[in-house]
Amino acid sequence: MAGNLRALRRRIRSTQSTKKIFSAQELIAGARIVRAQARVEASKPYAREITRVLSALAGSASLDHPLLTERENPRRAAVLVITSDRGFAGSYNVNVLRRTEELLSLLRQEGKEPLLYVVGRKGETYYSFRDRPMVDTFTGFSEQPSYPDAQRVGEELIAAFTAGLDDEGDGAGADGVLGVDELHIVYTEFRSLLAQVPVARRMAPLEVEEVEEFDYEREDREHGVTGGDTGVPTSYEFEPSPDALLDALLPKYVTTRIYAAMLEAAASESASRRRAMKSASDNAEELAKNLSRQANQIRQADITQEISEIVGGADALVAAGAGD
Amino acid sequence: MATLQVELVAVERMIWSGEASMVIARTTEGELGVLPGHAPLLGELAPGGVVTIRTTEGEDLVVAAHGGFLSVTDRGVSILAETAEIASEIDVERAREALRRAEGGDDAESLAAARRAQGRLRAAGQDA
Repeated sequence: MAGNLRALRRRIRSTQSTKKIFSAQELIAGARIVRAQARVEASKPYAREITRVLSALAGSASLDHPLLTERENPRRAAVLVITSDRGFAGSYNVNVLRRTEELLSLLRQEGKEPLLYVVGRKGETYYSFRDRPMVDTFTGFSEQPSYPDAQRVGEELIAAFTAGLDDEGDGAGADGVLGVDELHIVYTEFRSLLAQVPVARRMAPLEVEEVEEFDYEREDREHGVTGGDTGVPTSYEFEPSPDALLDALLPKYVTTRIYAAMLEAAASESASRRRAMKSASDNAEELAKNLSRQANQIRQADITQEISEIVGGADALVAAGAGD
Repeated sequence: MATLQVELVAVERMIWSGEASMVIARTTEGELGVLPGHAPLLGELAPGGVVTIRTTEGEDLVVAAHGGFLSVTDRGVSILAETAEIASEIDVERAREALRRAEGGDDAESLAAARRAQGRLRAAGQDA
């Protein structure tokens, strides 16, 4: 009995010290969410402006830019998966990876070969453990992505996409590089502190409707602009030509979207981690409570037994004395 | 007097927004000044470019804007840049250092870095 008690006390101590780690992680993640959300907010003006500029251009430039045109017979599709570098984030990575698997099997059904580009160490481990080929991985910035990080990823994806322009069937085209015909991205959208949803989006070819559907009136309401002329100005002057502008703008637009996705994913990661660590520390507390209850029971049982042994012994002595 | 509503946004944050009487920028086609009532315009800023915003108080706000676009609409001017720094916040020593380092290489990346550093130095009023 006494040995059992000692083992229980040891378990209580270790549960309490892991609980300390969990609650520290919870606090860190909580602070990170605030920062990540601020960064999502700070990046919005740029995204808004670039969308506005793009929709103005969409009316004037010829829309046969490679990033906008659907390719006949697409064979390969790049899939960019955004996961976290560290674990301890509950179902965050599992959800993203599951969504990715769905997208991959959909692409395969459509007869396209998916090529993986992975952001985050967790995604990298997942695929390398399963011996699945990855074209490239980017790690080390999942919690605090910066624009240069997004640029690096964006440049590589756009290069692959451009290289895919002249591919014929399964053979590399004139440039001798086998590229891709579509770009997809899977990341976790940050809806609120409680809801983070893994989503898959196609980045290229871009859907122009998306740009045209841009809701000016809502934007204006949100930003307190009033007045009648909210529509897209019809006659723009362009410097240089609209097509050259589109050429320069579209890759930046794609990069901006990657950057926005990374920021949202970072916020989701921290939110997920905080939730996971909160329930972990709650569980640890619950466990410690149950264990100390058990330990107390054993301690009391030990005392009771000791008393009854003493009393029994004394009774026996008395009985022996009376018999003399 | 009519004024321009100017927004200067970099990818990571909004840098400056307010009223101005004039914006001077250099696009890939050439130097250009925007006054209130300018026709709608979209332009690509020259690499390592410097944008000057003359505020309504008559002060000049000089900004090094790299890899950006200029959009003039009837509601104002927006300047979009990958990176942008206001002249008073530019660390001249660091820019010089960056320029020295970038001039060592001859690939596209160091060229871009050199342009960026030159733009920052120009914006800070130094010779580049």
